Amino acid sequence: MDNFAEILIASLHLTTPELMLGLGALALLMVGVFAGERSGSLVTTLALALLVAALGWIFLNPVEGLAFGGVYKADAFSRYFKMAALFAAIVSLFMAGTRAKAENLTQFEFPVLVVLATLGMMLMISANNLISVYMALELQSLALYVLAAINRDNLRATEAGLKYFVLGALSSGMMLYGMSLVYGFTGNTGFAEIAAALTAGGHSLGLVFGLVFVLAGFAFKISAVPFHMWTPDVYEGAPTPVTAFFAGAPKIAAIAMLTRIALTAFEPVHADWQQVIVFISIASMVLGSFAAIAQSNIKRLMAYSSIGHMGYALVGLAAHNQTGVSGLITYMTIYMAMTLGSFAIIMSMRTQDGQPTENISDLAGLSKSNPFMALILTLLMFSLAGIPPLAGFFAKYFVFVAAIEAKLYALSVIGVLASVVGAFYYLRVIKVMWFDAPKVSFQPSPASLKLVYGLSGLFVTAYVLFGGMLGTAADVAAKALF
Amino acid sequence: MTGWPILSTVTFLPLVGVALLLLMREDGANGRRNILNISLATTVVTFLASLFIWYHFDNSNVGFQFVESHPWLGTGIGYRVGVDGISMLFVILSTFLMPFCILASWNAIEHRLKEYMIAFLILEVLMVGVFVSLDIVLFYVFFEAGLIPMFIIIGVWGGKDRVYASYKFFLYTLLGSVLMMLAIMAMYWDAGTTDISELLKHDFPPQMQMWLWLAFFASFAVKMPMWPVHTWLPDAHVQAPTAGSVILAGILLKLGGYGLLRFSLPMFPLASDYFAPMVYALSVIAIIYTSLVAMMQEDIKKLIAYSSVAHMGYVTLGIFAANTQGVQGAIFQMISHGFVSGALFLCVGVVYDRTHTREIAAYGGLVNNMPKYAVAFMVFTMANVGLPGTSGFIGEFLTLIGAFRANTYVALFAATGVILSAGYALWLYRRVVFGALEKDSLKGLVDLSGREKLILYPLIAATIFFGVYPAPIFDVTAASVDHLVQNYSAAVEAAHKVAALVN
Repeated sequence: MDNFAEILIASLHLTTPELMLGLGALALLMVGVFAGERSGSLVTTLALALLVAALGWIFLNPVEGLAFGGVYKADAFSRYFKMAALFAAIVSLFMAGTRAKAENLTQFEFPVLVVLATLGMMLMISANNLISVYMALELQSLALYVLAAINRDNLRATEAGLKYFVLGALSSGMMLYGMSLVYGFTGNTGFAEIAAALTAGGHSLGLVFGLVFVLAGFAFKISAVPFHMWTPDVYEGAPTPVTAFFAGAPKIAAIAMLTRIALTAFEPVHADWQQVIVFISIASMVLGSFAAIAQSNIKRLMAYSSIGHMGYALVGLAAHNQTGVSGLITYMTIYMAMTLGSFAIIMSMRTQDGQPTENISDLAGLSKSNPFMALILTLLMFSLAGIPPLAGFFAKYFVFVAAIEAKLYALSVIGVLASVVGAFYYLRVIKVMWFDAPKVSFQPSPASLKLVYGLSGLFVTAYVLFGGMLGTAADVAAKALF
Repeated sequence: MTGWPILSTVTFLPLVGVALLLLMREDGANGRRNILNISLATTVVTFLASLFIWYHFDNSNVGFQFVESHPWLGTGIGYRVGVDGISMLFVILSTFLMPFCILASWNAIEHRLKEYMIAFLILEVLMVGVFVSLDIVLFYVFFEAGLIPMFIIIGVWGGKDRVYASYKFFLYTLLGSVLMMLAIMAMYWDAGTTDISELLKHDFPPQMQMWLWLAFFASFAVKMPMWPVHTWLPDAHVQAPTAGSVILAGILLKLGGYGLLRFSLPMFPLASDYFAPMVYALSVIAIIYTSLVAMMQEDIKKLIAYSSVAHMGYVTLGIFAANTQGVQGAIFQMISHGFVSGALFLCVGVVYDRTHTREIAAYGGLVNNMPKYAVAFMVFTMANVGLPGTSGFIGEFLTLIGAFRANTYVALFAATGVILSAGYALWLYRRVVFGALEKDSLKGLVDLSGREKLILYPLIAATIFFGVYPAPIFDVTAASVDHLVQNYSAAVEAAHKVAALVN
């Protein structure tokens, strides 16, 4: 009995940040219900405090170990990704909170849902068992479906929410089916046990089917080709602060989960998943580059851009080596910083009468009317395009250096060529800002958004000076999986 | 030598000017003048600082000098800078041309002067950075980063078709460079370092050299530019503002030649030897074909742009002749072309500022009311033709000697380019400067102003000085070039011996 209590306490200790978020979310719900409809900003503040506290706990307590009989794993890898996901959630909630009125997001459910989704992400990152993977994923996804449709009076938002839900449910189903096959052919759901069974028993065709279904489910969650169709519509339809949240934290969590499952549970059959990842990666890079060319809506552009960036991040996983995972971690961190900054700018795009606009052509002449915003967006676009000396270049450098180490030459060549095509549409945004005559003038950016995009611009420029520290942290995190 | 990091100082000094400019406001005549003065002072100080490098440079040392090395981004990437006889003069050339660019923009840039100057100063940092980098990733960072300010310069302050030209410039050069990035990574995994001085000692496997060479060549050939990937250059030149053209022709084109000398030839000697005939062919085509194209141009800037392509053909020819004369000649040709073509674009800028047209047909008879201009333009035209006594002659002559030693036929065809260049350059000169002053739009033109004299006269002096007395340049390059050529021949010979033994 003592032993049981000890294990329980140890498990609870490991999962403290998740417990904080779970119990906190319930408490916030109570606050919201009792304080009434107008408590949105109070709940947002409390939710921010909660997320910051969880981030602080993880930062100060580098714990490692298995909890609850091995379904949950805390290690350097999960620590890094959790901090990244929490950071992305905090920044997007901060942006949404300070702009709640203007964005029509005053419901107190909004911050609560963000906290619940973040809780799901943290569990995904730490999941060490197929069952906990699925539970965590569904917790996250259900919160996200509601978030997409939170403006229930808005036709576009409800359409986005519905699309996201239907396609998301389909992909969850596929993943679940894949998991059942994996369980059927290995007799286990724990990652370590699956790996052991695969090493001992070799692999069968049924397992490969299961693996492919599981990967298809993941591809949907990170919006990789060919399961990307929902992305542009959801990005465009959802309220911009929600899109900002979608673009950052959930992708970080899903990539982390995919990396862990691929490199632990399916490590013995890495030749099988590697070719799938190589294909997904190439397809995402190419489609992300070509499809974005014709977009005139900046949110759709960012959607295709994120598809492409997921392809680049997966190059690191396809390489199947420690350099690659470290590169992938760096890539996701830099991607997060660039995306949050870009969305802060998109949220600042409001005409003088307060109407939000999403047309790229409305950015015309921004370098004259709002030089600071134009400068930051220029830096972010060049960085997204992967032009040195900005952070985006190093992100690409570190994943491709791993791909070259793994001798994936075709993947690398196609990838860099796709990045040249991709540069074209990022340049178009810059061209509109700098070369075209002003058309629409924007309201001055609110201070909170200015802070976010200012910091993001600083990050992509200063990475060249301080990137070494991030690289070291990424190496430590990557080592945990090897 | 003191421990003062002179190379980093010279490289990043323009950033001080950028910081000052950011504090300035651009309204009214005073604001404008402040911005111009700060930019000019920054570039002049940078140039003077760079002279220290030349002054302390040890001509007899074949290795890298003024080396600085610091850890930087992990995975072997370090901040390493240093110069040798090949790169040092390009640093000086870059810092030397910048003040002229600022002066040339004095009145020509009417809007957004502050952003313009910031873009130029940043561009200077990046260009100097390319030449001093001793880490291949650092080199790539500087090499590629130059695209950003140049894209903005062409796109914002360019001519009518500036958007098309800026896109073409950016995407062409990016496409060439990304493959080089992969090659750099492959080199890192093979040699285990990104340090250029280590990579120079590393023997890459012959098969690998071929691929690496091709990847690097893709990048440098676009940058040079070589036929058939030169088409971005005329567009970029025509649309760029005068100072942008000067930088493009004077320095950015040299990045390609410098890269071939720094990487392709010494690091991949076997591949260079193997591909040399292809480079000869491309160079000869470039020389003859683009000279003919230049002859038929109606736009002065386009004509000079095509002539640049032809002149770069001599550079590639000299480099891949891979003998002392050829390589020395190639370096000299690049330096000389740097200020001669820069000066030619400045000459075009002088009349463009007055008439706002670059059509050759719109000119004629300028000698009548602009005699000083006519003289300056003539000196540079002659230097472009390669008249003995101007700096243009030495480079062309040496590269042809080098080519002759390597392959007689190549030299024969390349030499026809000398005649053709005389054809287009003199014809241009006749149409613009000579003849009767008949057009009304030209009658009111005044001769060179004090500022324009300040721009053109030093360049005339340099053109003639180095044409008569090229020793200062050869003294610097001789030791490093000998070293390069010796290592190259040794590597090629060793490979041939192995091949002979196998047979």
